[in-house]
Order: sequence, then structure tokens, then C-alpha cells
Amino acid sequence: MTFFFEVLISGLLVGVMYSLVAMGFALIYKASGVFNFAQGDMSLLAGLALVGFLTVMPLWLALLCTFAVMTILAYGTVFIIFRPLVARPPLILFMAAIGLSFLIQGIGQAIWGTDAKGLNIGIPEISFEISGIYLNTFDLTFGGVATALVAGLVWFFQKTRTGRALRAVADDHEAALSVGIPLLRAWAVTWVIAGIVATVAGVAWGSRLGVQFSLSLIALKALPVLILGGIDSILGAILAGLLIGASENLAEVFIGPYVGGGIQTFFPYLVALIVLWFKPYGMFGKEIIERV
Amino acid sequence: MFYRECGVLKETYAKDMAIFPIPLDRWGLGVMLVLAFVVIPFTASDYWLSSIMLPFYCFSLAALGLNFLTGYAGQVSIGHAAFMAVGAYSSLILYGRYGVPLPLSIFGGGIFASAAGTIFGIPSLRIKGFYLAVSTLAAQFIIEWVLTHWQWVSGGVFGTIDAPDMYIFGWIIDTPVKKYYLVLCVLTLLTVFGKNLVRGQLGRNWTAIRDMDVAAEIIGVSLFRNKLIAFAVSSFYAGVAGSLITFTYYLAANIEEFNLFLSFHLLGMIIIGGMGTVLGSFFGAGFMTLLPIFINQTLLTIMERVPSDIRANSEAIVFGGLIVFFLIVEPYGMARLWQTIKEKMRLWPFPY
Repeated sequence: MTFFFEVLISGLLVGVMYSLVAMGFALIYKASGVFNFAQGDMSLLAGLALVGFLTVMPLWLALLCTFAVMTILAYGTVFIIFRPLVARPPLILFMAAIGLSFLIQGIGQAIWGTDAKGLNIGIPEISFEISGIYLNTFDLTFGGVATALVAGLVWFFQKTRTGRALRAVADDHEAALSVGIPLLRAWAVTWVIAGIVATVAGVAWGSRLGVQFSLSLIALKALPVLILGGIDSILGAILAGLLIGASENLAEVFIGPYVGGGIQTFFPYLVALIVLWFKPYGMFGKEIIERV
Repeated sequence: MFYRECGVLKETYAKDMAIFPIPLDRWGLGVMLVLAFVVIPFTASDYWLSSIMLPFYCFSLAALGLNFLTGYAGQVSIGHAAFMAVGAYSSLILYGRYGVPLPLSIFGGGIFASAAGTIFGIPSLRIKGFYLAVSTLAAQFIIEWVLTHWQWVSGGVFGTIDAPDMYIFGWIIDTPVKKYYLVLCVLTLLTVFGKNLVRGQLGRNWTAIRDMDVAAEIIGVSLFRNKLIAFAVSSFYAGVAGSLITFTYYLAANIEEFNLFLSFHLLGMIIIGGMGTVLGSFFGAGFMTLLPIFINQTLLTIMERVPSDIRANSEAIVFGGLIVFFLIVEPYGMARLWQTIKEKMRLWPFPY
């Protein structure tokens, strides 16, 4: 039983990271209708930038510079790529995001190199035991940071003026425009927020697995989370992330050995497919009612 | 002035239903066919035939298949490379292990792929849009897993099967020219078939579903049947393309070749080429297969001394930049560009 809980908890901690990436997707999709396939590459870019800056400056300054890079990326993306594509079909925007992901990968790796780099931001990794369950401080710290980030975002969207403007934009572009909210700037701010979320995810995964190209593939882990929770739901992304993280870990440990292992790659998709069969817009996604 | 419908008198129903009613179009097609069947194989070097034309044709076929599903029937799939893999593996197994004749194994690979595609198309009956797109990713991961983990399929060595020598009725196909003809014949056959498919009832049904599935269902288009047929036909084409490219170009079925990025490339081909057009699949496949080679060669000459990883990165930057640029300039793809040229041709050389 202890073993079960150990697997469950390590799954949940991985799930938090999935939630973070999926949340980045959901934020941008809700605000601008772009299915931002480059979310994983944004994490990669953030990781690369942070490693690069850390070699020449202290941590806090490096984090600030990374933030600056993500902000420039966000504004550049919105004003150069997505402004001319306003009101195009969603699939075209999706393709543009795929193009963007090539761009980010190429630029990031051209500046900071393609080799795998270790990322150490000074969070200790000490294992300890609570009633027979092994945990380590690194995972817990990032679980805490992610929770704080989510809480901060909720506060930002509910209480601040900018946050309310962003929600208005997400709700109805035209109505938001008509009350004087600058649409493109609102989108850019959303991309900045998604960039921050990507940075946290990038740092967390990067310090675990090293910063390298494969970091951008965490987007693939986040996609089943995203559709399970509902593409435009932030709450859904969080809950589905935990659910998928826990279930894939449990499945790998308890079902995996019977079928040859490695089922972690597709198990989340199976879970998502089964749920979607009954709820076609995910657990919390906005249901689209079609009329002829 | 020379290129227009005016003066083309349709005296019979057959003439009314012709694919190319305008004479200039027919001649143009004839010229292209002569070019493909006669000029290219006798003038191009072996390198051109085997490393550029073969993948170009095979990807055109795969893109054409995806275009039926995504461009005509409106169901986005980003797991299409997996169906190519199914076609590749099953045709190699049919031909290599069971000794089925080559043409039959190539189309057999298509049929197995089409069965897989139909199964993974079932969610499309409930799920729409991006939810469906992500669900089709499941096909990619599940098929990859099955092909690498089932010993029977792969024969056990890293999921790889080597392609045996190809014989058709005891006639060996080994030189690039012979392979070129094999691929070209299959491509021509399936393109003609596909073009007629989308002109007919089935194509109309698909277009109706794409434009609005609820309305289509109300006027009596069965969603269940037509969506699943779209998945089946589309993955049949993907399977045939996968088996052809494995037999002639990769020379071994390896799951690594049919990874997720190929799926995105295929999607990119039809979006850049033009969705819902047969011609667009060819333009798109040409763009996406020739462009990286072209960029690489250009960079090679400009930046000889630059280390290869920077070159690889600049390739990604140029490639991504061009995709974005193309979407901004011509969001409906190269086929629309061609359409615009044709509109202009009606009046040319007169101003109006």
C-alpha cells in the first residue's frame, strides 16, 4: 500500500508539470484561439536562455533576463506573426504555431547551442521519508512553486484591471474591442503569461532531464491533459494534469509489466479518448452548441 | 484569351463531366505526363531520381491521402505518419515473409493501413476540431508502441525490417529508373482514382460534412459512413505511400522514419499546398520536401566554414520562417495562387 502511495505521489508531482504546460496552451487558446503548438519550444527557449545567462550572472538577474527574452518573444509573435493572421481559420493559426515552433527551436539553439546542458538553480535534492513514503525536496519545491503560480494567476485574472481585460478578450473579442480594450496588446500580455508558465515548466523539467531539444517534447505530454480537461479551461488543465500524471504512473508500474512496458507514452491518450467519448469537449471545456 | 471556357461547346453529357473541360488544361497535363514519364527518367541523374523525385512522389501520395481527410472531409489528423508505418510494415511482411506478389503487397499494405485508420477514425464520430486532432495523436503513439513491442511484427531487431529485392513477375526492380517508374505508375493510378473520387458523390458528401456536419446530416448525408470512409481512403493512400517509400527509398521499415514530425510535415504540406485541392497536395509535398534540401545546399555554399549544428539551426529558422511567411501571404495555399494565375490567364494578353 505504501508503494502504491509512493507511485501515486510521484505521479501527482509529475502531473503538476503537465498541468503547467497544458495551462500555457489553455491560456493562449482561450484568449486568441491559437492552438499554440510552440508551448513546449517556449519552455525549451526559457531553459536555454536561463542556462546561458547563468554562466555570466547571478540567478535573480538571469531569471529577469529570461523573463525579458520571453516578453520579447511574446510581443514579436503577436505583432509579427499573428497580427496579419487575425480572423483566419483555426487550422491556419495552428500551422503558423508549428512554423513558430521551428523558429523558436532554431533561434534558441543557434544562440545557445544544441548540446545537452545541465541546469542547476540551487534547489537541493534531498530524499526523506514520511510514514514510509519517500519524497524529495526538489519535487516538493516545484510542486509548491507551481501551486503558487496557479494561485497568483487566479488572483491576477480575478482582481487586477489587466486580468479582467484579458478575461473580457477571452470571452468575446468584438465586445472587448468595443469597450476599448486593445486586442493585440491583450494577446501579447497573454503570451507573456504563457511564457512565464513555460519558463517555470522549462526550469523544472530542465533541471531534471537537462536542457536540450527533447525538452520541447513535453508539449506532447501536455496535449492529452489539455483535451481531457477541455482546451479552453484552466481549471481543467490543472485537474487533468494531476489525473493523467497519477494514472500514467500507476499504469506503468502496475499494468506495464504485463504488456511489455513503455505504455506511459500512449496511456494518457487512451484515458483522454475514453473520457472524450462521453464528454466530447473534455471535463471542463466550453461545449459548442451548433445550430443550422 | 486562349485559356477560357468560352468556345468550348459541350455537346454530350460525357463532355460536360470531363475533368478538364478546357483544351489548354488537357495539353498542359499531357506535357506534364510526358515530362514525368519520358523526360525526367532519361535526363535526370540517379541522385535526382532516387533522393529527390522518389520521396517527392511518395509524400505527394501521402499528402493527397491526408488532403481527402483534412481538406475535403474536414477531419484534422496529426497521426498520419503512423498509418504510413502500418502500410510499410504490413507490405514488407506480406512480400518478405509470405511471398505475396509485389503489387499486391503494396496495395495490401494500404488495406491494412486503411483498417487501422478506420479504427482510429471512430472517435471522429463524437469528437470534433482540435479535440479530434489531438485524439489522432493517439494513433501515432499506440501504433509506434505496437510496432516496437510486438516481436512478431518487427522480427525483434529495434523494430526494423529490411526491404528485400523487388521482383515483379520475375523482373527485378533495382535501378533508380525502374523504382521511379514503379512509384510514378502507382502515383498516377491513385491520383486519377482520387481525383474522380472527390468529383463524385463521395467527395460532395465529404465537402458537405466539412462545411457543416450538422447540416449535412440533416440533408441525409450519413456522418458515420462518410467520416469512416474518409479515414479509410485517406489511410489507404498513406499506407501505399508508406510502403512505396520504404521499398524504394528507405530500404528498411523503421518506425523512426514515421515519427510525429512526419505527421506535422504532411499537415504542413496540405496547408501550404492548399486544402481541398488535389493539385495542392503535389505543390505542398514539393515545397516541403524540396525546400529543406534547397536551403541546406544554399547554406552549404554560403557558409562552408560554419559548423554543422549552426547550419541545421539556420535550416530550422528559414523553414519555420518560410512557413509563417507563406501563411501570411497566401493563407489558402499554393493551389489558390495557381487559381489566381488561371483567372488572370482568361484575359491575357488583354487588360479586360
